[in-house]
Amino acid sequence: MPDHLSALQLILSGDPALLAIVRLSLGVSLAAVALASAIGMPLGALLALTHFRGRAVLVVLLNAMMGLPPVVVGLALYLLLSRAGPLGELGILFTPTAMVIAQTVLIVPIIAALTRQTVEDLWVEYHDELRAMNVGALGRMTTLLWDARFSLLTALLAGFGRAAAEVGAVMIVGGNIAGFTRTMTTTVALETSKGNLPLAMGVGAILIVIVLAINAAAWGTRVWSQRVTG
Amino acid sequence: MAFRRPFLALAMLLGIALVSSTSSAEDRSIVVASTTSTQDSGLFGYLLPLFKAKTGIDVKVIAQGTGQALDTGRRGDADVVFVHAKPQEERFVADGFGVKRFDVMYNDFVLIGPKSDPAGVKGKDIATALKAIEAKGAPFVSRGDRSGTHAAELALWIIAGIDVASAKAAWYREIGQGMGAALNTASAMNAYVLSDRGTWIAFKNRGDLDVVVEGDKRLFNQYGVMLVNPEKYPSVKKELGQTFVDWLISPEGQVAIAGYKIDGQQLFFPDAAKKPD
Amino acid sequence: MGHARLVAAGDGVTMRAPISDLPMVLEDVSLRRGAAAILDRISLTITPGPPTLLIGPNGSGKTSLLRLCMGLVTPTGGRISWGGRSDPAPTRRAFVFQRPVMLRRTAAANVTYALAQAGAPHAQRTGRAAALLERVGLADLAHRPARLLSGGEQQRLALARALARDPELLLLDEPTANLDPAATRAVEEIVTSAAQSGIKIVMASHDLGQVRRLAGEVVFLARGTLCERARASEFLDHPATPEAQAFLRGDLVI
Repeated sequence: MPDHLSALQLILSGDPALLAIVRLSLGVSLAAVALASAIGMPLGALLALTHFRGRAVLVVLLNAMMGLPPVVVGLALYLLLSRAGPLGELGILFTPTAMVIAQTVLIVPIIAALTRQTVEDLWVEYHDELRAMNVGALGRMTTLLWDARFSLLTALLAGFGRAAAEVGAVMIVGGNIAGFTRTMTTTVALETSKGNLPLAMGVGAILIVIVLAINAAAWGTRVWSQRVTG
Repeated sequence: MAFRRPFLALAMLLGIALVSSTSSAEDRSIVVASTTSTQDSGLFGYLLPLFKAKTGIDVKVIAQGTGQALDTGRRGDADVVFVHAKPQEERFVADGFGVKRFDVMYNDFVLIGPKSDPAGVKGKDIATALKAIEAKGAPFVSRGDRSGTHAAELALWIIAGIDVASAKAAWYREIGQGMGAALNTASAMNAYVLSDRGTWIAFKNRGDLDVVVEGDKRLFNQYGVMLVNPEKYPSVKKELGQTFVDWLISPEGQVAIAGYKIDGQQLFFPDAAKKPD
Repeated sequence: MGHARLVAAGDGVTMRAPISDLPMVLEDVSLRRGAAAILDRISLTITPGPPTLLIGPNGSGKTSLLRLCMGLVTPTGGRISWGGRSDPAPTRRAFVFQRPVMLRRTAAANVTYALAQAGAPHAQRTGRAAALLERVGLADLAHRPARLLSGGEQQRLALARALARDPELLLLDEPTANLDPAATRAVEEIVTSAAQSGIKIVMASHDLGQVRRLAGEVVFLARGTLCERARASEFLDHPATPEAQAFLRGDLVI
């Protein structure tokens, strides 16, 4: 990106480097949210509907993992994915794939923990009715997840917010390579270290606006579909 | 999980499309572990398009401190290492992690400090200047990150006869971050800081800072480049990496390095031909 | 869902699979919560026949008895069996709650959901859901979100869902308690027609008019014990126990 332009000018001129950064940020975060949902939602529902020894410990652990330090996750993945590490053969360190994995690890606990709470609350309401309809374990999970869909949107947004705002893990496993693994957050970090504070602030503002827009769109969808479907 | 299929599948597809469309040119690309100074100064932004135009090879730069960049090479996660801490680089090659080290260019370190110069070091040689800073207890920001600049700074304190490691005085602040961050911190605290000239020239948040000591021979900062040993890591892209190394030390690459200027100032001085290793 | 599969034959008449939930036999069934006895040694046999109305003052244990009959709670004493089996999984019985939970989807989807859970083949569900909605008078509202229906409509939808299970035994817990007279009549008509089609109805009610309109027989509960079981007209005109006499007079029975 040309240093002498402000972020606003870069947006207005459709600077290709900036667009690529925005696109990569969104792509990595959305893919991570999709993956984390596919893992975290069934996991959360399963935890909500089952009772076993040590379940309370697992719930506390899951809740605590919502606060996993990104840098630690990044470092652990770095050691795993490094050529000298056990998964080095994959050759995915310093690629967007590694960044998606890092963000997925970070947000699975968020989505799973929020899903567990939501499904558990709904289960209290649905318990008798579903048992009277002789709904099996898998059916309970899918029914509760589907009927909690508007609340679960919040879990998805929380996950997306964390993924999009995260810098520590993607910096380590992505390497902040220009045009390849450079996201909005790592750009902010880089431009800050170059002393280019206005540009850093501008890219930060774009990130905030995008996260805001996605939340607004999701909220609107929620309100609209709730009105339509009750 | 039939219900979430459309929504999730959409997000997944979108994500994958966005991610994969940016990684299409993966075949002809190499990973270079380098220092924050080469990136933050903008040198790579200038050099790499020239190299790409010539060879069609994409260079992916991971900008780290010299110590970390050498470590990345040691783990086999980069094809080429391009850093500035000669003794460490020589050990890297001696240990069998690098094939052969080549001098590429140099720039110099400069001592940056407040224009008011509270320690009165302006125009002094570097050893005298550091002694004066210690004597006055004027704030000094150290990278503290095992980078090439950090190593150079520690060597200069030894030359000045000051043991900062055991001093651990309040005026000596180790921040454990890159060059730009160190300059930002110094700017905020009005402190002295040792910087490479390239990063300093490109740095935009100077505040009240200026160059106070420069031109001392002991401030010389040599950059070296080496291919990571493909015998240690078969994943190393030997030919593409060697092409990059060869280009940097070729007359064409050397001219390109000399051609990088900010505000008319040349940042790096090619010296590959001067003294073959 | 290996049991009680429904087989549609020709013009919407369903033939029943051989497994049966009747007779339902309760032997000395008790339900305790700590020291308190909610139900005390109740013995009751339910066989096919006209509707059984379960009445008694609030707190007499009507809802608990129905939940035991459905298999939603396990008795702390005694035994329950359905068609000779003690497995509480509901095979040929269904339940309508006082406040049914509407699944967050359309009325039709609520019914197809119940059909799916009852093991109806996929290809038949849409057609049978439409027929069931017709039967409870909700055909016009088939594509409305269930949660946006009125209280009476929701109760009729709950009936459609219950009937989707093709029950032999239909348990209802004061389904009209929160409804206005018009909605109450609509629900009662569905219950009556279900009874006429051969479904055994066991329904809790505190509305003596409803008892008069629907009941074949009455089971009267007070303080968790079964006080009296009699034909409806007999019970209403000549209650045998002092508790029932007081209840019918409108006295507070504690």
